[in-house]
Amino acid sequence: MDSEDEFMSGASSGDDFANIEDSDDDFDNEDQDLGFSQDKDIVRTSKKSYEVDFEVLGPSQIQLQQDVQIKDVADVLGQPPEAAAILLRHLRWNREKLFDRYMENQASLLDEVGLEEDASHTPSTKKIPDFECEICMSGDSDVETYALKCGHRYCVDCYTQYLASKIRDDGEAARIQCPTSGCKRIVDSKSLTFLVEDNLKSRYRELINRTYVDDMENLKWCPAPECIYAISCSVRKKDLAKIVPTVTCECKHPFCFGCAHEDHQPCPCSLIKKWIQKCEDDSETAHWISANTKECPKCQSTIEKNGGCNHMTCRKCKHEFCWMCMGLWSEHGTSWYNCNRFEEKSGNDARDAQAKSRQSLERYLHYYNRYANHDQSNRLEKDNFAKTEKKMTLLQNQSGMSWIEVQFLETAAKTLQECRQTLKWTYAFAFYLARNNDTIMFEDNQKDLELATENLSEMFEQPVEQLSAKKLDILNKNTYCSQRRVTLLSDTAELLKRGKWTFNISLD
Amino acid sequence: MAGAFASRRLQRELPKLQATTSPGIKLVSATDLQEWLIDIQVMDSAHPLYAGQTYRLRFRFSGKYPIEAPEVMFIRATAASCWDQKPRSIPMHPHIYSNGIICLDLLDKAGWSPVQNVESVSMSLQSMLAGNYKNERPEGDEVFVRTNTQRPRDVNFEFHDDDC
Repeated sequence: MDSEDEFMSGASSGDDFANIEDSDDDFDNEDQDLGFSQDKDIVRTSKKSYEVDFEVLGPSQIQLQQDVQIKDVADVLGQPPEAAAILLRHLRWNREKLFDRYMENQASLLDEVGLEEDASHTPSTKKIPDFECEICMSGDSDVETYALKCGHRYCVDCYTQYLASKIRDDGEAARIQCPTSGCKRIVDSKSLTFLVEDNLKSRYRELINRTYVDDMENLKWCPAPECIYAISCSVRKKDLAKIVPTVTCECKHPFCFGCAHEDHQPCPCSLIKKWIQKCEDDSETAHWISANTKECPKCQSTIEKNGGCNHMTCRKCKHEFCWMCMGLWSEHGTSWYNCNRFEEKSGNDARDAQAKSRQSLERYLHYYNRYANHDQSNRLEKDNFAKTEKKMTLLQNQSGMSWIEVQFLETAAKTLQECRQTLKWTYAFAFYLARNNDTIMFEDNQKDLELATENLSEMFEQPVEQLSAKKLDILNKNTYCSQRRVTLLSDTAELLKRGKWTFNISLD
Repeated sequence: MAGAFASRRLQRELPKLQATTSPGIKLVSATDLQEWLIDIQVMDSAHPLYAGQTYRLRFRFSGKYPIEAPEVMFIRATAASCWDQKPRSIPMHPHIYSNGIICLDLLDKAGWSPVQNVESVSMSLQSMLAGNYKNERPEGDEVFVRTNTQRPRDVNFEFHDDDC
């Protein structure tokens, strides 16, 4: 059986190596019943329902992708690569559209992007007798001038300055137009390279690459600072209500392909956007004010009643009123400190509105506090990587364990971080969930993970002397946490994919 | 501070502007090469909104003018400070905020062309007024005027139409 297996999977031996560890169990269990499809099964189970396929691209691969497409289009259209590049950039790398437009009306398309029929000519400057440049409003017969096919001619100095400003200040590259107001002719890269100084050329190339990635729907830049990689992923905008596409860059930065935000499993992009907005928005402050304060009926100052009786005297205007009915205190006559207008309908309505507002505020705060708490812990733990390493060294010295044997601490630190990150976003997610059985299951999962994470965190924080005795416990808890996290994410992603969640808000 | 390039260009524009024959455009002051004031009028004497009115434009130039657009806005002025002894107000227009900031693609970095100059911008604004018969401010004027702390050129306008 074994040898047969090896034979069957010979073609994809690379995959097998990666899966050998995971698949040990499978081999034992399933040895008898199947041999053929086993390889496939392993591959399938290795991808969890909340994971997506993606590929990391370096600068040379991005360049290569462009070159391949440019060459393709150049061959099909019989245009020089230079022209094909302009056309592709102009139509945002949409080849089908490009071919359609080209077949439909070749001349008008070429004209639109500023390509002449003979695109192979080399750009050159010219001296024009009695020339006056419209940009600097000066010039004479021996100044060098330049014009694109549109014929709008300016002195080389001004042209260069104009292009430099566009590239350096505005970050434009692929779609810089002729300086003439209203002229849509695009400065082709040949003219551009001819005119701008060398130090701007590399910036120009970089910008051109940037627009390529920006224009492609399946490509995104890694948002980590200074990162040069892009990610290729097939998840489209319209899929984002059904999947949370977390990807991890070559630089180890995990982020969401959908919105470039940090990894926010299991909460869909549109919800985290709403949540962050809600948390930042001072509408919540207003909310608090409406739940906890009233305005003075005379001068409209906002008053928070933090104790005492219903007889209010406004500090600002000295107006005396009843906190319950907001009416004049003098009208309360002898019913001192016991407003008997309390049961009136208007009073009731005001009370209901206030109670409702308070309730919704409390609900929000419940989720927000837990979200913020995990966020905070997560941030602390991120800063503490150095501390973990110190701990590992210390443990090594005290217990005589080898460096490899103390690795469990680093693993635990990583697990803690992942779990906190997930927990954080489960609260944003739960805030928008309608109450039903799925939500209850979700909250159970969430509770399990939270409990396990707190346990692991507690173990992890123990004094170093006790750590060596607890190694097994920590390893076990670590595995448990990871499993709980996978379960929570898989279950949630599964329902999301099938559109089974009910939210108390629309998903778009 | 105007750079050498901007200075040279403005020095060439100035005499042309002083001698301008465009009706309804008048250079009020250009004491340096950083800030110029221009008065404009709508020439249509039957215009329901702007007939008989004069409005004042303030141009500010950076060292990168004319590669970079100038900052242009309407400003108020008291009657006593004006040559015709009439006060200057901010014209009512759906693309002009009550603090004088103008929402016009021509003045934005994407719409600006270095071929434009003070006179051509003034003329564009003149015709932007002449073509308008709506006695209203842009949507959200009050909030924008109260909260905007950015210089006009840094405001990210969305241009709803290009024929303003």
